[in-house]
Amino acid sequence: MAIEVNGKTLETDEEGYLVNLNDWVPEVAEIMAKEDGLELTPEHWDIINFLREYYEEYQIAPAVRVLTKAVGKKLGKEKGNSKYLYALFPYGPGKQACRFAGLPKPTGCI
Amino acid sequence: MSEEIKKFLYLNRRAPYGSIYAWEALEVVLIGAAFDQDVSLAFLDDGVYQIVKGQDTAGIDMKNFSPTYSALGDYEVTKLYVEKESLEERGLTVDDLMDLKWEDEDEDWAEKDSIILVSREELAKVIEGQDVVFSF
Repeated sequence: MAIEVNGKTLETDEEGYLVNLNDWVPEVAEIMAKEDGLELTPEHWDIINFLREYYEEYQIAPAVRVLTKAVGKKLGKEKGNSKYLYALFPYGPGKQACRFAGLPKPTGCI
Repeated sequence: MSEEIKKFLYLNRRAPYGSIYAWEALEVVLIGAAFDQDVSLAFLDDGVYQIVKGQDTAGIDMKNFSPTYSALGDYEVTKLYVEKESLEERGLTVDDLMDLKWEDEDEDWAEKDSIILVSREELAKVIEGQDVVFSF
């Protein structure tokens, strides 16, 4: 599979995750979101950016439980719960947000 | 979900690169941590090299996954036993290891050390006290 971004073809795996992390540009998230019928808001970007920073630091995409707790700590308790995150990313904050962020599927996501 | 909390110990005995054991063990730990068990890790033999600081894999075309050990605290894996004799036999001290910490949510995210230095004898007792031991 592949997606078209800025005239370039970027390779994705069978579940739609980018094959090469370094291919990522913000437009990747915009295009993937549009395909899922979502319009990205600053609240979505908070989570996407958070995931990219987490990956940069630890070399893994966090499990949802870890993401929820870490978001609560960093962005405030009212955002650190699965209801808030699922409202933003209906296909699952781990899976969908990581895909938008150009990261692999979270470790522990089955 | 869980009826009873069991004590799981993962023994890490091999060097981080050159085989897939260390990375696979880490992945299993991260996946297993989702099941709310009492998980701890032990590093012994060449396994102590897994948490040595300043790792650089540029020359061997493998991902440097050592930063991932710092994420263990987020997964509530807060007990990392390191065998003293294994360090000494390799000319290492605890200062050669990464400064691995976890944050205690109940104490306003106070940072605490994850590494617990133990002798071979003490580690044997730790192993004895487990319900499940995995060796990698």
